Amino acid sequence: MTASPPTSALYAPREPIFPRRVTGRFRRLKWQIMAVTLGIYYLTPWLRWDRGAGRPDQAVLVDLAHRRFYFFGIEVWSHEFYFVAGLLVMAGLGLFLFTSALGRVWCGYGCPQTVWTDLFLAVERWLEGDRNARMRLHHAPWGLRKWSLRLGKWAIWILISVGTGGAWIFYFADAPSLARDLVTLQAAPVAWITIAILTATTFVFGGFMREQVCIYMCPWPRIQAAMMDEDTLTVAYRDWRGEPRGKGLRRRAAAAAATDAPSATDPGDTITRAAGPRIGGRSPVIPMLVRGTAPATPEAFSPPPAGRVPGDCIDCNACVNVCPMGIDIRDGQQMACITCALCIDACDEVMERTGLQRGLIDYIALSDAPSERAGLAPRSLRRHLLRPRNFVYMLIWGGIGLALLAALVMRPELEMTVHPVRNPTFVTLSDGAVRNTYDIRLRNKAGETRRLALSLDPAAALALEVEGAPTASVEVGPDSQRQLRLYLTAPAGSAAAAAAITHVTLDVTDTTSGETAHVATIFNGREYR
Amino acid sequence: MSEKSTGKPDPGTTGHNWDGIEELNNPLPRWWLWTFYATIFWGVIYTLLFPAWPLVSGATSGMLNWSTRGDVAAEIAAADALQAPRLEALAGTDLAALGGDPELESFALHAGGALFRNNCSTCHGSGAAGARGYPNLLDDDWLWGGSIEEIAISIRHGIRNEEDPDARFSQMPAYGEMLSKAEIAAVADHVWRLSRNMPAKAQGKTLFADNCAACHGEDATGNRDEGAPDLTDAIWLYGGTLEEIAHTVTRGPFGVMPAWGERLGEAQVRALAAYVHQLGGGEESPPAN
Repeated sequence: MTASPPTSALYAPREPIFPRRVTGRFRRLKWQIMAVTLGIYYLTPWLRWDRGAGRPDQAVLVDLAHRRFYFFGIEVWSHEFYFVAGLLVMAGLGLFLFTSALGRVWCGYGCPQTVWTDLFLAVERWLEGDRNARMRLHHAPWGLRKWSLRLGKWAIWILISVGTGGAWIFYFADAPSLARDLVTLQAAPVAWITIAILTATTFVFGGFMREQVCIYMCPWPRIQAAMMDEDTLTVAYRDWRGEPRGKGLRRRAAAAAATDAPSATDPGDTITRAAGPRIGGRSPVIPMLVRGTAPATPEAFSPPPAGRVPGDCIDCNACVNVCPMGIDIRDGQQMACITCALCIDACDEVMERTGLQRGLIDYIALSDAPSERAGLAPRSLRRHLLRPRNFVYMLIWGGIGLALLAALVMRPELEMTVHPVRNPTFVTLSDGAVRNTYDIRLRNKAGETRRLALSLDPAAALALEVEGAPTASVEVGPDSQRQLRLYLTAPAGSAAAAAAITHVTLDVTDTTSGETAHVATIFNGREYR
Repeated sequence: MSEKSTGKPDPGTTGHNWDGIEELNNPLPRWWLWTFYATIFWGVIYTLLFPAWPLVSGATSGMLNWSTRGDVAAEIAAADALQAPRLEALAGTDLAALGGDPELESFALHAGGALFRNNCSTCHGSGAAGARGYPNLLDDDWLWGGSIEEIAISIRHGIRNEEDPDARFSQMPAYGEMLSKAEIAAVADHVWRLSRNMPAKAQGKTLFADNCAACHGEDATGNRDEGAPDLTDAIWLYGGTLEEIAHTVTRGPFGVMPAWGERLGEAQVRALAAYVHQLGGGEESPPAN
């Protein structure tokens, strides 16, 4: 391979992209997903959930100040963050599963960058018209019309962006009262700053950066490339069916050429399309002219190789015109493709109009390419999806899910942690008794105040006292925790006072309901001198 | 032509080739370049605003006149301002009734804990378990009294120091100059037996009554007015073996604690007293007259 001289510029401006409107099944699916995801995002903070007096009634609330996460009937305390960690791990594995099975579906359908760009594009199309109108407007001088259209578009974008940032903060505070504070300009500075930052990022990323975010800023495309294999369904162009492409006149000429082309032409010499997919925006090399033959018509074109009829691709560029990433899917798989499937819809529409079979551009597994090229039937969708790798992802995903569910169901409403004080490990009292100190934390997750009694198992010869309390029974408020200092005292000469370590179990019992919790700990004694 | 449908020029390759894998020479986006220039510009602005450029002695202080020391000073000032009303309330509170105000008590205990670790842990240990010659503050034995008020007095004026005329004072003589070695051994044996409930021997008992009982009491249970320890209990400030007791009698201990009232302030002394009182050995305050 010879090195090509670095003739191109080091830096290039963004080429504006004007995706054309498209209809079809994937476009419909994308609208539905956008409605559902945006609906969830904007409406969730406003759902109410009654948890009793004095506790927040917001269904989903991240209460950072009080270290609580509320999700409908579930309440997660900060020490139970493993639930959140588990959900994040599940989200990661779910992403692996979907990428392994269906390629970059997250990018194409679920990613906020895609969804909000889609929304912004819809606004743009509604105000400025479809592709051609927008291109004309882009090249038009800055007059009254252009200014008013642009300012109108930006204003709507900013409204959407403010709404986006605004919805975010409602997850972290009581939504109705925060909304009231926002209206009366009394909200905390952090609320305003968060709204401002999210408004700015939404406006810039969705309105102006768009595909640049996916291509240059997001690490995900690189990671996903490692998670796809030849069985992964991805958006691809059936080049064996579409090539050689050509427009109407050229198609007719090509068809004619196919019947009386010189058989001496070596196909291997003319078609040098790379066998595998290309990464990047570089077009595959197809020679314009067959060696030794003159152009058959005044306009230069490449006649098909001998014995081949023109392909199904009529080179209408519909797939390119609808692409929000500005790429040509016919160049093969490429990093910039987010597999939004809009080119499938665009091509299907054209195929239907020309009376050809749909699916020239389609979800295809790369492993099917050779068999389809040879005219054989591809493997079934189910065989692509139900392969060991996906099963492993599903198993791990489901296993973690079940474990979290089990942990959630078995989670007690009464918890105790015990930390023996080790500085010093024991104290000798004036009568020779040996005393140990323990820092106790009692957590009452129930909605009412509970009286909890501490006891020792075996009750043995150790006396139990609570610092500052007359009895070993304390009250813990609803949905709160209480720290106590506990003393265990072994009388002088007792076995526990003399032994280096005695194993004991501390019990805490709800005096009303009888619910208990146990913690095993140790008692440090010493040889009495 | 149709193959150039996206209108992008072929970027070519960098010429790098690894096993047939080439590196495309796509141009960087221009906004990236602008962002890069913007960061350089911001970097320069930043060095003008904040301390940055090294000079012969020190560095430029920046136009905002910001410094980490200034930050800390401001934070300390803010914390002081926040604590001021509570410290004032603490200084005027009846210590025995502190438990009636849970918020002030919590403040006192947290402040006392911090003060203890800063000022007291050098001798008494960070866990307040003391060391030889430095009393353990966790147990139920007190030389000068274990009520919260008595503890406050000990902290405020200190013990056997020369700086505070109100310091608690007492002195045990060094009996090495007054008694013979045999007599000291007999006294030590007597004291050793006292704490173990063993029958006393005649010589030791007589010597104790003549020399020690004045302060430690006839029954050797000590006297808190003199700071004289109870010799019958299991706690030994200077060690409880025969040799250690004999050594203590011979040399005469003279434990000194500084007066903290002037150094820390009244509210801080009270916070410390509250903290020490709840470490496990605090005693009830005597009923007020």
